[in-house]
Amino acid sequence: MDTRDQFRTNVLTSGHRACAGCGEAMAARMVTDLIGPDAIYINATGCLQVFTTHNQQSAWQAPWMHSVFANSAAVASGVEAALRARGRSTPVVVQAGDGGTFDIGLQCLSGMIERGHDVLFVCYDNEAYMNTGVQRSSSTPHAVRTTTSPPGRLSEGKHHLKKDVISIIAAHHMPYAATATVAYFPDLKAKVEKAMSLKGPRFLQVLSPCPLGWDHDAALTVQISRLAVETGLFPLIEMEYGDVTGVMRLARQRPIEDYLHLQGRFKHLFGHQNDNGNVEIRHLQALADARIQRYGLLDAETEWTTASAAQTERHGRGGYSISAVKQEVSS
Amino acid sequence: MKMLLEGSHAVAEAVRLCHPQVIAAYPITPQTHIIEHLAQMVANGELSSEFISAESEYAAASVVLGAVATGTRAFTASASQGLLLMTEVLFNIAGLRLPVVMVCANRAVGAPINIFCDHQDSMALRDAGWIQLYVSSNQEAVDSIIQAYRIAEACELPVMICMDGFFLTHAFEPVDIPEQTAVDTFLPPYQFSRMLDPKKPMTLGGGSEPDNYLEYRAALHNDMEKTLDRIQRVGSDFSQQFGRGYGGLVEGYRLEDAEIVFVGLGSLIGAVQDLIDQLREQGQLVGALRLRCFRPFPAAALVRSLSSAKRIIVMEKAFSAGAGGIVATELRAALYQAGLSIPVDNFIGGLGGRDITPSILEQIFHTSVSSDAAIDCRFINKDDMSHAEGNATTPGEGD
Ligand SMILES: Cc1ncc(C[n+]2csc(CCOP(=O)(O)OP(=O)(O)O)c2C)c(N)n1
Ligand SMILES: [Mg+2]
Repeated sequence: MDTRDQFRTNVLTSGHRACAGCGEAMAARMVTDLIGPDAIYINATGCLQVFTTHNQQSAWQAPWMHSVFANSAAVASGVEAALRARGRSTPVVVQAGDGGTFDIGLQCLSGMIERGHDVLFVCYDNEAYMNTGVQRSSSTPHAVRTTTSPPGRLSEGKHHLKKDVISIIAAHHMPYAATATVAYFPDLKAKVEKAMSLKGPRFLQVLSPCPLGWDHDAALTVQISRLAVETGLFPLIEMEYGDVTGVMRLARQRPIEDYLHLQGRFKHLFGHQNDNGNVEIRHLQALADARIQRYGLLDAETEWTTASAAQTERHGRGGYSISAVKQEVSS
Repeated sequence: MKMLLEGSHAVAEAVRLCHPQVIAAYPITPQTHIIEHLAQMVANGELSSEFISAESEYAAASVVLGAVATGTRAFTASASQGLLLMTEVLFNIAGLRLPVVMVCANRAVGAPINIFCDHQDSMALRDAGWIQLYVSSNQEAVDSIIQAYRIAEACELPVMICMDGFFLTHAFEPVDIPEQTAVDTFLPPYQFSRMLDPKKPMTLGGGSEPDNYLEYRAALHNDMEKTLDRIQRVGSDFSQQFGRGYGGLVEGYRLEDAEIVFVGLGSLIGAVQDLIDQLREQGQLVGALRLRCFRPFPAAALVRSLSSAKRIIVMEKAFSAGAGGIVATELRAALYQAGLSIPVDNFIGGLGGRDITPSILEQIFHTSVSSDAAIDCRFINKDDMSHAEGNATTPGEGD
């Protein structure tokens, strides 16, 4: 018998315990609603698991399982193998944080992709271990303040670069790997839909700001994720079988400070006599510049025509009307 | 059909008869031959399973976890370092109440790294919430795997069949491989009650807080204890249908009037039984008790079988560093709880594949009976048993 609630069809329903302005909750709501309830969801340990299944309660209206932190891709491999054995074609989706993807879960993820399991792995990248109270992960960008990369007399925050996980994933030469963020819903939608139209291992990295961990106003989640893209720090790209097949071009590059200023996690870099901080800010700017170059985000094609704007619309910029895009380009 | 088979091959045949739809594993000596045989069966079309070569034991355990939660029968096998690498997932499988069946090809744990048999690996997992059955022969391994699926699926708890690495996994013995139809009768198709299914969406593995966590964990303990009955019953159903039995929880040997009883687990029991026969001929009232089921701990069955003993000698191949023998400690507690004060001598030996020869066993017997106080925990090391070393060999040499 079909025991589903016929009236509430959203996969992640209201009443869960995410913080106000949680980018991960927003992203998960978008992604799971696009995929729908006819799928099996496997969740790694992390904020999403904790705030949706608190103490005998569940916000999930689809079959959902959490096992442990590191093994979600392997559990999903087993789920998918079982479905194959039973002749079913139910989609299998993993949801994990950046810790469960870049760090502790990377081995299981690599194994899952290498074996070609028909699974979509979605990483909600909030650039730190948020569930345990904002510790640095290998996704935390350079110079960020976390509780385990604290700035101090001898330190300007995290010493190491954000791991380029999408390239590692894409190096498995799998059907589809893409980055997205909550600021560009049409782009996210197109990517989820594309991923769901394909077979085999697929990967989505969704940048998901965390007001608590990034120390920003809860109302600015969308704006900050948009700035991450517009500064060039977080390029929106698509990769198929190891090659870049799509990028969301930028009308213009925003200076890195526009992004950093809004977040307390970068605050230690600013100040009148802070030479070291200035060095780190220049370094972050250089990293953004390099990414823009690498993916050609400002190439000649950024000559916006109605057609290319429509194309961009396909790729995202959801909050912008075509005229606004044009205006931005001409300014 | 009776065949001369390597233990690992026999295990693979038993697994094939149970139709697991998903098999996931990672190679480690002495488990490898089991999964190699299974891979070949799948490649030959003799077994219709998804064979998943996982990238680690951690992943292999996770794959079978996912597969069983999705309504299939699954199988994995490991040993030693691999079993310990699975630890987090094995606790999770038990907590999620998933009827997973696995084989542990018992092997020592490093450091120092050693590929040969002892029981340290599975003993380290004794608190995980897995039913653990230790087998004494390859025939028992075959029969216990078939029983394991029935037990696991009836109780919704995982079962680990522990078989001695090399001594069993690599030994060629005549083994009766049951007919498929007979196994199908004994082990009907199974439908997991909490399957991941979009038509009946359920949340598995959600969070719990101090106000209910304890009840979940206590229920795991209580349900584990309840499986004692089921293990016994499945064992007797099996012997009724197949004409072979292993006592269910414990298996006694010449216990009737025995005053001194050897207690042990695994393949060692064969040599112990030979010693019992020999000592009986000399007029000694000796017997042996093999612990087949170690988890749940069959305290009542042990007490029942041992209540008239005057002295008990526990021989085990694992220990809790800083505390001593594991089986002996638990047995002493069970006897104490039953109001029995029978001295229990504890010998730890056979570690890392060291042979426990008949002469060593004899030496243990004499050490035990000539000691006034109970022997708390004695390692059977080279110095201790030097005069009994005559036919001891270096492990692994010559085979
Ligand atoms: C093996 C293991 N190590 C550590 C933890 C503690 N832990 C739980 S969630 C978490 C961090 C999660 O970070 P991430 O994957 O980025 O997800 P987020 O909470 O940020 O969404 C950690 C360290 C754990 N549960 N299991
Ligand atoms: Mg995170």
